[in-house]
Amino acid sequence: MKVLVAVKRVIDFNVKPRVKMDGSGVDLANVKMSMNPFDEIAVEEAIRLKEKGVVTEIVAVSIGVAKAQETLRTALAMGADRAILVQTEEEVEPLAVAKILAKIAGEEQPQLIILGKQAIDDDNNATGQMLAALLGWPQGTFASKVEVSDGATVTREVDGGLETVKLKLPAVVTTDLRLNEPRYASLPNIMKAKSKPLATKSPGDYGVDVARRLETLKVVEPAKRQAGIKVGSVDELVERLKGLGIAK
Amino acid sequence: MSVLVLVEHDGKTIKDATLATVTAASRLGDVDALVVGHDAKGAAEAAAKIAGVGKVYVASSPALEHQLAEAVAPIAARLMENHDAFVVPATTTGKNIAPRVAALLDVMQVTDILSVEGPDTFTRPIYAGNAIATVKSKDAKKVITVRTTAFEKAAADGGAGTVEQVDAAGDPGTSSFVSAEASESERPELTSAKVIVSGGRAFGSSEQFHALLDPLADKLGAGVGASRAAVDAGYAPNDYQVGQTGKIVAPEVYVAIGISGAIQHLAGMKDSKTIIAINKDEDAPIFQVADIGLVGDLFKIVPELTEKL
Repeated sequence: MKVLVAVKRVIDFNVKPRVKMDGSGVDLANVKMSMNPFDEIAVEEAIRLKEKGVVTEIVAVSIGVAKAQETLRTALAMGADRAILVQTEEEVEPLAVAKILAKIAGEEQPQLIILGKQAIDDDNNATGQMLAALLGWPQGTFASKVEVSDGATVTREVDGGLETVKLKLPAVVTTDLRLNEPRYASLPNIMKAKSKPLATKSPGDYGVDVARRLETLKVVEPAKRQAGIKVGSVDELVERLKGLGIAK
Repeated sequence: MSVLVLVEHDGKTIKDATLATVTAASRLGDVDALVVGHDAKGAAEAAAKIAGVGKVYVASSPALEHQLAEAVAPIAARLMENHDAFVVPATTTGKNIAPRVAALLDVMQVTDILSVEGPDTFTRPIYAGNAIATVKSKDAKKVITVRTTAFEKAAADGGAGTVEQVDAAGDPGTSSFVSAEASESERPELTSAKVIVSGGRAFGSSEQFHALLDPLADKLGAGVGASRAAVDAGYAPNDYQVGQTGKIVAPEVYVAIGISGAIQHLAGMKDSKTIIAINKDEDAPIFQVADIGLVGDLFKIVPELTEKL
């Protein structure tokens, strides 16, 4: 069984994003970039399925700038078999990403596509669901457990607890934090990844228009909260809580 | 503009998230509601009573009991032929369904809106709430998810909507519900709790986390939350997690105990009306956002506080 995994190059999750002075966006110049953490979990899950013998080939796909090659090399070093970079300088929205991935799925015929539930830059949480809709496939979103045999049984993190669904294959799965803990690539595997195949394409190769549907008018910092007061004792805190009407 | 709101419900009652979503939707135009489920008469009647709701469309069939996205999306997409915007609470149910509808309509979703600035212009958080973007949608129809803590709730009574059954067909039969495991708690759910007490890694163990926080929560009638650090350390289950990757909450009072205030946690609770922080490190970032702070050892403070309340 072939698995497709989608990965995005984003600002490293340990870096505090800074809004540009001119309000045009977030400053990414000279900022450390990494693989979106939820996508790392997606890659890890695909590798574990391969280690279990369920999956035979893992194809990693990224849509983004030339440097997204590095992100794909990370996926290859973790254990993906080959990679496809759909290179564009545009900031591609989830809908267009989903359209490109749907075209790639048409060519590659995977039985499973695993994606992170959301990217930590634009926080849309939409690509996987959109992709599933375009392909007419079922979706197991926010997965904390995935079992694949004749179908996929996916346990999902939902507001009130957990929900388990059974999906016919082919299917789309999006990952939540608890699904697994991604491995670090070892040095020998990083070296080996350099010779794994990486194909470079363009959105035009798939006939997908990546023009944005949402125009960003401005980006600002959120309103700051003012630090309040410090109290000196539990008694004072109790008085304050009474003042707020939550203690009697 | 004609707006369709997806009602979040459990069959009998509607969730508060729906009320805030109606408020957001009413800034765009006339609001109709969609109730999808099985035997959801109670939810449909409740939806019709929400102030400002016109028509309530009900799609009912056994296959829709668990509101799986594969079955719900085609129903919503059909109704969108006569509506200009599909507005959905950004709950896990809404987040599962809305993008699927958006793709069927060839629309780029506007995610997690904080405000409506105009008929096609909205603000939304990006980068875990570290930046707020104002975006303008060029799509003729809109698909929008709503950060429900950013909007007042519409009145649950006073409306006089009319209920209309609609075609419930469209389940492709590719997915099925297996089981649900509700988190065992008699406490209020985090996303609707008025008071939340939340614990961090400083509690040191799962036993201490519960032994100290549960009695305090009981006294305050509060929901219990946790930082990601506490969840990662195994002190609390994942659905306790408050933060960008967990739940976004905005209670009247949020009590953060032994939580340093990492960016990812602040993103999930900084819209709370009053934030109270208890931490032994007086330089902890949590104090920069707290309205009331108390510096000290939580192992002494929490039992004393519980007793004195």
